[in-house]
Amino acid sequence: MAELTKKGIGGFLARQGILVAFVLFMVGFALANQRFIAIDNIFGVIRSSAILGVMALGVTFVVIGGNLDLSVGSMMSFSTIVVLDLHDTLGPTLAIPAMFGLTLALGAFIGFLVGYLKLNSLIVTLGMLSAIHGLTLTWSGGQNMDIADKQGTWFSVFGQGSIAGVPMPIIIFGLLAVVLGLVLSKTPFGRKIYAVGGNGQAATFSGIPRARVVFFTYLISAFCVATAGLLQASRSLGSQNTVGQGYELEVLAMVILGGASLLGGSGTIVKTVIGVLIFGFIENGLLLVGLEFYVQDVVIWLVIILAVWLDIAAKRGRLWSPIA
Amino acid sequence: MTPEKRKDLLKQGAIWGFIVLELAFFSIAGQFLSVTDTVFLSVDNMLLLLQQSAPIGIIALGMTIVMINGNIDLSVGATFALAAIVMLDSMTWPFMQALGDWAIPLSWCFALLTGVVLGAINGLIVWKTGVDAFIVTLGSMLGFRGLVFAYNGEQPTSHLNWTLIDFAEAQFLGLNTASWFLLGAALLLWLLMTRTVHGRNAYAIGNNRDAAVNAGIKVGPHFLWNFMLIGFLAALSGIVFSSGTGSVNPNDGMLYELWAITAVVLGGTKLAGGYGSIVSTLGGVIAIQLLRKGLGYVGAGTETVNLVIGLILIAVLFLDRQLNRKGKEELKT
Amino acid sequence: MTDQSSVLRLEGVVKTFPGVRALDGVSFDLRPGEVHALMGENGAGKSTLMKVLGGIYDPDEGQIHVAGEPVEITSPMQAKARGVVFIHQELSLADELSVAENIWLGELPLKSFGRVDWGKLYADTDAILKTLNVSFDARTRVGDLSIANQQMVEIARALTVDPRAVIFDEPTASLTDAEKVVLFKVIADLQSRGVGIIYISHRMEEIFKITDRISVLRDGQYRGTLNTAETDEEAVTQLMIGRKLDLSRNESHHEMGDIALEVRGLSCGHLFRDVSFTVRRGEVVGFYGLVGAGRTEIAETIFGLRDPSEGQILLGGQEVRIHSPIEAIARGISLVPEDRKGQGLVLGMNCRDNMTLPQVDDLTAGPFVSDGAEISIFDQYRDKLDIRTPGWRQTVGNLSGGNQQKIVIGKWLSMRPEVLIVDEPTRGIDVGSKSEIHNLIRDLAAQGYAVIVISSEMPEVLHVSDRIVAMFSGRVMRTFTSDEVTEDSLIQAISGLQSDKVA
Repeated sequence: MAELTKKGIGGFLARQGILVAFVLFMVGFALANQRFIAIDNIFGVIRSSAILGVMALGVTFVVIGGNLDLSVGSMMSFSTIVVLDLHDTLGPTLAIPAMFGLTLALGAFIGFLVGYLKLNSLIVTLGMLSAIHGLTLTWSGGQNMDIADKQGTWFSVFGQGSIAGVPMPIIIFGLLAVVLGLVLSKTPFGRKIYAVGGNGQAATFSGIPRARVVFFTYLISAFCVATAGLLQASRSLGSQNTVGQGYELEVLAMVILGGASLLGGSGTIVKTVIGVLIFGFIENGLLLVGLEFYVQDVVIWLVIILAVWLDIAAKRGRLWSPIA
Repeated sequence: MTPEKRKDLLKQGAIWGFIVLELAFFSIAGQFLSVTDTVFLSVDNMLLLLQQSAPIGIIALGMTIVMINGNIDLSVGATFALAAIVMLDSMTWPFMQALGDWAIPLSWCFALLTGVVLGAINGLIVWKTGVDAFIVTLGSMLGFRGLVFAYNGEQPTSHLNWTLIDFAEAQFLGLNTASWFLLGAALLLWLLMTRTVHGRNAYAIGNNRDAAVNAGIKVGPHFLWNFMLIGFLAALSGIVFSSGTGSVNPNDGMLYELWAITAVVLGGTKLAGGYGSIVSTLGGVIAIQLLRKGLGYVGAGTETVNLVIGLILIAVLFLDRQLNRKGKEELKT
Repeated sequence: MTDQSSVLRLEGVVKTFPGVRALDGVSFDLRPGEVHALMGENGAGKSTLMKVLGGIYDPDEGQIHVAGEPVEITSPMQAKARGVVFIHQELSLADELSVAENIWLGELPLKSFGRVDWGKLYADTDAILKTLNVSFDARTRVGDLSIANQQMVEIARALTVDPRAVIFDEPTASLTDAEKVVLFKVIADLQSRGVGIIYISHRMEEIFKITDRISVLRDGQYRGTLNTAETDEEAVTQLMIGRKLDLSRNESHHEMGDIALEVRGLSCGHLFRDVSFTVRRGEVVGFYGLVGAGRTEIAETIFGLRDPSEGQILLGGQEVRIHSPIEAIARGISLVPEDRKGQGLVLGMNCRDNMTLPQVDDLTAGPFVSDGAEISIFDQYRDKLDIRTPGWRQTVGNLSGGNQQKIVIGKWLSMRPEVLIVDEPTRGIDVGSKSEIHNLIRDLAAQGYAVIVISSEMPEVLHVSDRIVAMFSGRVMRTFTSDEVTEDSLIQAISGLQSDKVA
């Protein structure tokens, strides 16, 4: 009986380890520094996590579908630069849909290559990382992009505004998380993504249009990237060409931290949101207890490996790998 | 010649054919478009090209071995930066300064040791936990970069040592120091992969891991050695780069992992492991650098270079798939 | 029996897995220079026994003796060092490497600095290859060899040590007749050198041709050893299945309806050629033939997974062109695929979601999947098919093979198809579930479904079919009704032997 309970706790820890870790972190930091759980601090953390968080939502779809998307960082730079540039030429009302259209077109191209042509997603998106960076530089002429009249535009509302005291980026992130969470967990399309990522061949044999499903996961990812670009542009009203550089791997790390398997077929939006928040709160918590910003990188490294390790250890029933 | 052999030769030769094509294109296009009066296909230009390929090239060589193994290493960029910092910083340590120029080789040893240790950390985690190398090194990419910042915050680390810079700028038989390192590493690794038991086992493991395990090959330690090797090479690359400049930024080496993987894939190494060659990777590295320089030569900027390299990578993937199709009766899954 | 007379001896080997006694006191001995067949149905414990011998599993009880000495085998390497070598069914070769490197995998000859001694490697390899009389040399890339030659490489691997016992696991599964002759010669050669051979196969004619003794396993238990010369197929079969082989035909014929599916002159490259047949409503048509005869490929073509190069498919009299499973499903065709885990199920998904997967688009309330509709479908087919699972939330990967198969069948029945194709419906399933599934197939036909059953097991085809299509090498050899079929004529038809009875 005692053993059973132990096994139960162990199993729970392994399954929900990331949640447990999250709670422990929160409690620990809260005890160490009261400011940590102050509402404005929490808002601050979520707001600064929102841009990467929005991208992580999209990448979750791609990863559950059994693929990778390494182009999101570069694509996000593209969206940011494009919307800033078009803001001054077309005006904000037209610039936003135009930027979304262009970003979705890039997503569709990747979706076509990976979904319909069945090319390896790692290499395709690696290539697109470089290609889109080229597009961005072409668009901007290599210069930083700034809005001419920073005071007089309503465009800043997405990044800087707030409704009832809640910052806009949090509202947008939350709204998107709820909508995409419902799409993934409750709709037939969501179910098909899990099937395609879990066992693509079985999905085909069940009459699921695998190529189309993969295509749409990249469209969703592109939509999220466009939203992130909008938030970034609106917050800073000016940007470098490389604003999203390196985000692709950071975002992927958040998704994996949330428990999505790189093999596809598992993961949820809720878990990804937890992954995003852990990133944000660890950084914030460590700063508040007086540690330097780079300590978070090291801590997150350990957390990621521990999380994935415990997950697969629970599945194989032993802690250490069977590799000879 | 059997059709299989011909196909193999085609695969091996493709990257060199591509390089010849690039040379021809830029030489001819340069006649009309060149922004300078220099000739593209000059010895000096080609030597410079080799020298500029060295930092990513040396890493790509190591990446080839790790990828033949069926693994990947995303942390090389951070290792690169940390090793460079260790080298430059260690020369300012009091006891090192007392050594005069003898501090240089010692500082190199420190840097290389750093790389090997970081590689060993990756390798040990992959071996002992069984977590996929992609995830392990994705994590350590963040973690190692954290260590880089921990060393000197966001400040660049610099140390000017003229002997060191002289060495880095030195030429021997017309080749620059960096080029010698690249070619030397390529030769040694080529020997390793084609002549030694360790190299042949690397192919066997990537090709059919179960068979390798059943044949008694110690897969875990094998992984460990290769991760230490790529750590060593990333550090070597860091040394070669920072010896010349005498300074390193904490953000240096970012995205090197992606460039190195691009070069390796262009060289034809299979992502799934089991197939690939050091020589072809060298070809991939040179092809990319040629493209950079060539496009610059005909007046195109970085933007075009990025665009073209990305699209070429995808095109290579597409061609490779078309060549390996089985025909119409294939199962549509 | 003294120890000296056996090269390999097992005594009371027991191996249990959670809930299963996979090997239950198995004893067995192998004499030098004999070919000893090991037989048993799927799941009888043959492969577990081999894994115990190969050191992959640790036996819970029992003793293994090699050449009279009690040994403990903990790895395939150790087994090999003691002269016990395996020729696996799934080839375990690295196809990018040369023949020589594969043969000496893990033990390449060394020179200084860890270099490979290529000269010695190639010389040693060529010496071994010479004894096998093969047409390739040590430097050939394994990926460029035919399957038969790859098997020769596996065999060559066994000869790097002085083998005492060589275990062949279904070695002829993918060999042509000419290649089999070569294999049998190699076996005879080993035999003459005093090596003991364990030969695992399902093919009776081979067993009676080359073996000296036959040992039989059933449900993990040793059932006895027979001298091949003194026994016949029937006695062996009886030992294997514990009763006389049930070759009873299907007797129940029900009202047949119209022709549901007709195939005319269908071809797909070299996979199958000029295939024609019809299936009526209420009829079960069995497709019988050896692995690779093209049966599965026909099913895949009808299901839209392959494009036919010639011929027509008619559904209810109308010619149709089917380009994808989606179209096939829309036209009322369902396929229960051969590879349950690879093609039939998403193992990480729960039971309900797997079952409703093809129709998830239709089970909606507003934009969302309707939980209620899904659960009611699951409950309906769980009861109908008697699927034993703690609940719909159970991950399919945790169910037994039989229950998994029922989930797949339920998945397709719930689509209410016109034509149901089941490919190897009882592969890897225990005897009890087997007969349940057979009864189910008959019931479905009685309800008016047109059913195609593809199977490699003769009792199964005989048992469920109203008509039997016998295939050989991509062609339909003959179609039998259940009244006229005999085992002999069926075996002749699927072996490609022309008889005057061919229609």
